Amino acid sequence: MSGTPERVLAKGNEALAFGAVDAGCVCYFGYPITPQNEVPEALSTLLPERGGRFVQAESEVGAINMLLGAGACGIPSMTSSSSCGISLMQEGISYMAGSHVPGVIVNMSRGGPGLGDIGPSQGDYFQATKGGGHGDHRNLVLAPSTAQECYDFMFKAFALAFKYANPVMVLGDAVIAQVKEPVRRTPPPGALSREELDALCSPWRIEGYGARPNGSPRLLKSVYLAEGALAARNELLMKKYQEMRKEASFETEAVEDAELVVVAFGSMARILRSTLRHLRAEGHKVGLLRPKTLYPFPDEAFRDLAPGRRFLVVEQNAGQMVEDVRLAVNGAAKVDWHGVMPCIFATAGDLARPVLLALKGA
Amino acid sequence: MPEYTDVIIAGFGGQGVMLIGNLLAQAGMEHGLEVSFLPVYGVEMRGGTANCTVVLDTSPIGSPLVREPKSTIILNEPSLDKFQPRLAASGVQVVNASLIPKERLDPARTTVYLPVNDIAHSLGNVKMANMVALGAWVKATGMLPLKAVQDALERVVNVHYAKMIPVNAKALEAGYDFSG
Repeated sequence: MSGTPERVLAKGNEALAFGAVDAGCVCYFGYPITPQNEVPEALSTLLPERGGRFVQAESEVGAINMLLGAGACGIPSMTSSSSCGISLMQEGISYMAGSHVPGVIVNMSRGGPGLGDIGPSQGDYFQATKGGGHGDHRNLVLAPSTAQECYDFMFKAFALAFKYANPVMVLGDAVIAQVKEPVRRTPPPGALSREELDALCSPWRIEGYGARPNGSPRLLKSVYLAEGALAARNELLMKKYQEMRKEASFETEAVEDAELVVVAFGSMARILRSTLRHLRAEGHKVGLLRPKTLYPFPDEAFRDLAPGRRFLVVEQNAGQMVEDVRLAVNGAAKVDWHGVMPCIFATAGDLARPVLLALKGA
Repeated sequence: MPEYTDVIIAGFGGQGVMLIGNLLAQAGMEHGLEVSFLPVYGVEMRGGTANCTVVLDTSPIGSPLVREPKSTIILNEPSLDKFQPRLAASGVQVVNASLIPKERLDPARTTVYLPVNDIAHSLGNVKMANMVALGAWVKATGMLPLKAVQDALERVVNVHYAKMIPVNAKALEAGYDFSG
């Protein structure tokens, strides 16, 4: 039989690393933690081979501040960690947001709160989408559902980070991180070249006064103490976040005639895809709506689907994305919720019952 | 050949559970199928059994997790305790007769019962018990040609052990050809 040699079998973590280097990532800074260790493992080989830099930082706090420094110089760079490690990075993420500095942060999350457990969990939805750090800031948040999307979304992550001079978070979990699947290493449409990334930050990046003999000094900062200065700054941030709204993205499956639309992201969405196909085959009118960006949230998709339908949000946490769904639906449809607790391996069969209950309106 | 199957492979850490899971996924991919491989790691690995789930499908795969597998490869007794009750009614289990007494088998289950350690030992290395078991699984499920699995060894076995590939291919064949 003929094979398909262009596909490689890769874990989500490995696919992320391939995607990062193919998208032009030059520097990685990070500190080990399960379940994302294959990301630094792969990049520790891939980056030096391409003239990039791999730094195992002394801590997550060190890593995020290295990322801030590299981003301030306009170098496409990333870090990765998991839940409690991402918590440690929040101060730096807030400083990056306040300073308009690009960077890509991967969170292959684990169960919490506290040290929690290493299994799959979507308990970091709030942390990822509501800022996480202090102050009025937002991260763009991408939620891959397959190893191929882990690869593809890294291109999007670097492009968005540089387009908006903002931190971008890629949020997965132990299932997305650890499942091995065929991956095609072909840049997706819309990928930016290194030159295009450079052009986006050339007006503001720190590059040394000597590089611009006739220019003025540049300063990137997040402290604005003069009267009214922070207000003006934050209005600029708000304007930027408003512009980001157009980056909202999602996909649907079998929603046209669906009575119940199941809403899920990441690993839960792919597991539910199997559940819903099975229920469809039995004649149940159920569909799937999967946000690919968690911030900005695809509000309009919900408004369009709400008339005549009900929603069921299924997530592996105690109820987080359901709040955004209820805001988006704004009372126009009934929104039910089903939670899977962290580090439970839910299967397609396990999720059939809550879907059927919601379909019957129970 | 079937359009879909899934398998949970389970045994002690060190029996090569992850290696044959990887091999099966690699072979499936090279054969043009959609595949997923999910290792279960963490506390279970330290406690008793290591296991992984491989899904092989002609369509894009949704869930990489399976509650009631269509097949299993069971290399030790704790794994039989855990997965025999979960096997789908129409499923088939490949069970290691070298380490698991026959009376532990549920007669209601379709079972391929073969002494994979002993067969591997007779081929020169007990470490190839996993390959014997995978060979028997290939025969029992008909999801892939044996040759596709043998050919994939080159991409999965660490280059350091490349000289072991021919004998591992033989172990796969011995499991495939076994008739109790």
